[in-house]
Amino acid sequence: MTLLEYVLAGLVLVLVVAGAAAALVRGRTLPPPTRPAPPEVPTRAPTEAPVEPSVEAPESARGRLLRLRSRLARSQSSLGRGLLALLSRDTLDEDVWESVEDTLIGADVGVGPAQDVVARLRTRLRGEAGLTAADVHRVLREELVTMVDPTMDRTLRVDGAGDLPGVVLVVGVNGTGKTTTVGRVARVLVAEGRSVLLGAADTFRAAAADQLQTWGERVGVETVRGGEGSDPASVGFQAVRTGAERGVDTVLVDTAGRLQNKAGLMDELGKVKRVVEKQAPVTEVLLVIDATTGQNGLIQARVFAEVVDVTGIVLTKLDGTAKGGIVVAVQRELGVPVKLVGLGEGADDLAPFDAEDFVAALLDA
Amino acid sequence: MFDTLQDRLAATFKNLRGKGRLSEADIDATAREIRIALLEADVALPVVREFIASVKERARGAEVSAALNPAQQVVKIVNEELVAILGGETRRLRFAKKPPTVILLAGLQGSGKTTLAGKLGHWLKAQGRAPLLVAADLQRPNAVTQLQVVGDRAGVDVFAPEPGNGVGDPVEVARSSITHANRTLHDVVVVDTAGRLGIDAELMQQASDIRDAVSPDEILFVVDAMIGQDAVITAQSFLDGVGFDGVVLSKLDGDARGGAALSVAKVTGRPVMFASNGEQMGDFDVFHPDRMASRILGMGDMLTLIEQAEKSFDADQAARAAAKLTEGKGASFTLDDFLQQMQSVRKMGSLSKIFGMLPGMGEMKEQIAGIDEREIDRIEAIIHSMTPAERADPKIIDGSRRQRIARGSGVTVSQVNGLVDRFFQARTMMNQMAAGGGMPGLPGMPGMPGAGKRAKARQQAKKGRAKRGSGNPAKRAEEQQAARQRPPAAVSPFGNPDGAPTPPAPDDFELPKELRDLL
Repeated sequence: MTLLEYVLAGLVLVLVVAGAAAALVRGRTLPPPTRPAPPEVPTRAPTEAPVEPSVEAPESARGRLLRLRSRLARSQSSLGRGLLALLSRDTLDEDVWESVEDTLIGADVGVGPAQDVVARLRTRLRGEAGLTAADVHRVLREELVTMVDPTMDRTLRVDGAGDLPGVVLVVGVNGTGKTTTVGRVARVLVAEGRSVLLGAADTFRAAAADQLQTWGERVGVETVRGGEGSDPASVGFQAVRTGAERGVDTVLVDTAGRLQNKAGLMDELGKVKRVVEKQAPVTEVLLVIDATTGQNGLIQARVFAEVVDVTGIVLTKLDGTAKGGIVVAVQRELGVPVKLVGLGEGADDLAPFDAEDFVAALLDA
Repeated sequence: MFDTLQDRLAATFKNLRGKGRLSEADIDATAREIRIALLEADVALPVVREFIASVKERARGAEVSAALNPAQQVVKIVNEELVAILGGETRRLRFAKKPPTVILLAGLQGSGKTTLAGKLGHWLKAQGRAPLLVAADLQRPNAVTQLQVVGDRAGVDVFAPEPGNGVGDPVEVARSSITHANRTLHDVVVVDTAGRLGIDAELMQQASDIRDAVSPDEILFVVDAMIGQDAVITAQSFLDGVGFDGVVLSKLDGDARGGAALSVAKVTGRPVMFASNGEQMGDFDVFHPDRMASRILGMGDMLTLIEQAEKSFDADQAARAAAKLTEGKGASFTLDDFLQQMQSVRKMGSLSKIFGMLPGMGEMKEQIAGIDEREIDRIEAIIHSMTPAERADPKIIDGSRRQRIARGSGVTVSQVNGLVDRFFQARTMMNQMAAGGGMPGLPGMPGMPGAGKRAKARQQAKKGRAKRGSGNPAKRAEEQQAARQRPPAAVSPFGNPDGAPTPPAPDDFELPKELRDLL
């Protein structure tokens, strides 16, 4: 018996035995599983960040998308303009429709959603005779707005119940810009006059806590951190506890990047959330997705949603040539709205997402 | 929904069995399926178009093989084309005749440059070089600190004269690093630059200034395996902006199909030289095209499965337990062994993930998705609540023991009962299969409790067929030959660790056995 055969045998054994157990359980009504979280004793006292005397005053989040619109337009013009050019042709034949579909796919929208949009556009544009360019523009805008779904609630829940602080957990795969996002969200909250505390639960990546602390210091926000390699759940717990004790409004917890197919790391993330919730309920779980991400983004969203119940998406690095179409598929499949978009290198280049504005920027470039 | 190209093709070809040749319509239908499969693997659209055209061309051509049926032919063609694009030439790093050799890393933000610098340093050191990492990313907060920590972990020296966080001139840092390396006798200099967007003219200018300052021997473009359609545009803009000689694919340990590798290689004509596949310093190796090809196609990744198994299973322990399964009607295979096996299997990832790696599992996907992993936790709990003696010989579990176990693990007595019964059944089944010589793929029963007896019968039928081989003499001969040629399981995720390319010669192209059965 080779190792592989042994592994397969193991799988079969597990399935057989688990299958039986599952059948038994299905027979009776199963109470919702309550897995007791292990009692968590923070191992390290948080080092407190020295607050620098010079503190920047960040810009308010209002009107940011407008300011960043030009940047968005720069990155996206080819999508909106390309679609308009195609649809404004005199005859809309198969080739044109295929090009439309290709353009959408080229924006990482995914094959399925792209086909849907094309089908809808087709019915609408075929039925109406004598279309002017303005009509096409309107129809296209409506369809694109439908695609990004304006009805979703995109407000950030940063308030906790009662005296408890609002807890925002930021998660995602490696290198999407989680720490930067935490820093930027902190600035927005500070600009709105809230008190904020950062929790550096990324204890894995080299210098991640330093990076976060630098962000915090710029706006005079403290960072609770543990040692490198310490338990992220304990850091998160400690951060929220400190936040609750001091009565801050919001605690932002940064976590280490993890690929969604690492079962152990995903379990760790689940633990961070469970343990943090011993102190205060997590009001918002933000999944950070890189706008350049392709179809893997959907898998990311699905797995993270399973583990920590993602409530919002932050789409970062949208100022490149990437179009972030993957969020369409994510919104569609998981019903999790895009709440924020990152559009540049600057500290204040993070804007609330608005479906109408977004599409307008796409088309009016 | 079809997950893999195999599933897609299998569905397309369902009605084609027995046809000797592909008609024009068949080819078009196939091309559509391949197109979608490639797009879902994030291969860029222009590349897909070109690719499909050449596949169509070849499929239409006279390539009628006696040994392969149409579907197999198509998969063979697609696979060959992919490998051709990915691995036309695998080449190694060029080292300068006069040290130091300068390697410049460039890429988007978050593609993994700093981490890669450390891994590259680690790898170079293992090759007997004396690398120096240069912190020329002065943009991102604490990137310099990160590089220092990474260098520390890799045991490699770091040159970081500027504190970073927006302070200092990266071009100057890069320039002075060369003299520094000369003075300190480092023979390879790895320059980590800030992440930048292809459209950011200012930063691209800075990158090319750094390039001009150090005149690197190799410029490596670091790209995230998860990148989507944008890969082509980004790669092109970097090629125009700074130029690069090779591509490094990062985060390949994720489950992205990595079609970007294909797009970048095709569009820029630069080979993928390295791939990084994990969070540890050593998780970095020379890239291997053939595996990437089957990954893009979503063909079951048996090699990865084997590797993961090797990582999470203790080989000796597994061999002992396996022996127990086969000898003496499997009676010596205890619940302890089972527990161990189960835990090792779980270490490899979620069950659905593991099954995803097996080819030809399409039909069972639903059943697999129906498995609740918490059930397995419960099984573990039940076994943990048994005494060692009970685990060694579950037969001694009587009514009162059962009650104690149920109390201990928080389940009902009938659940304990069921577990023990199932265990005996499964053990007998395993034993029969093992005794029959090898596993006949996977049996069709999992997740269907109560089908034990029948499943067993079916299994044996299946096994018989597998042993007999194909009814077609030509195919059988090929199978036997393939079996003889099947190499001992390769270990590195990138094929041969020594980096020698292994392009599959067209003659001994070997379809996964399961696919052959399927079609």
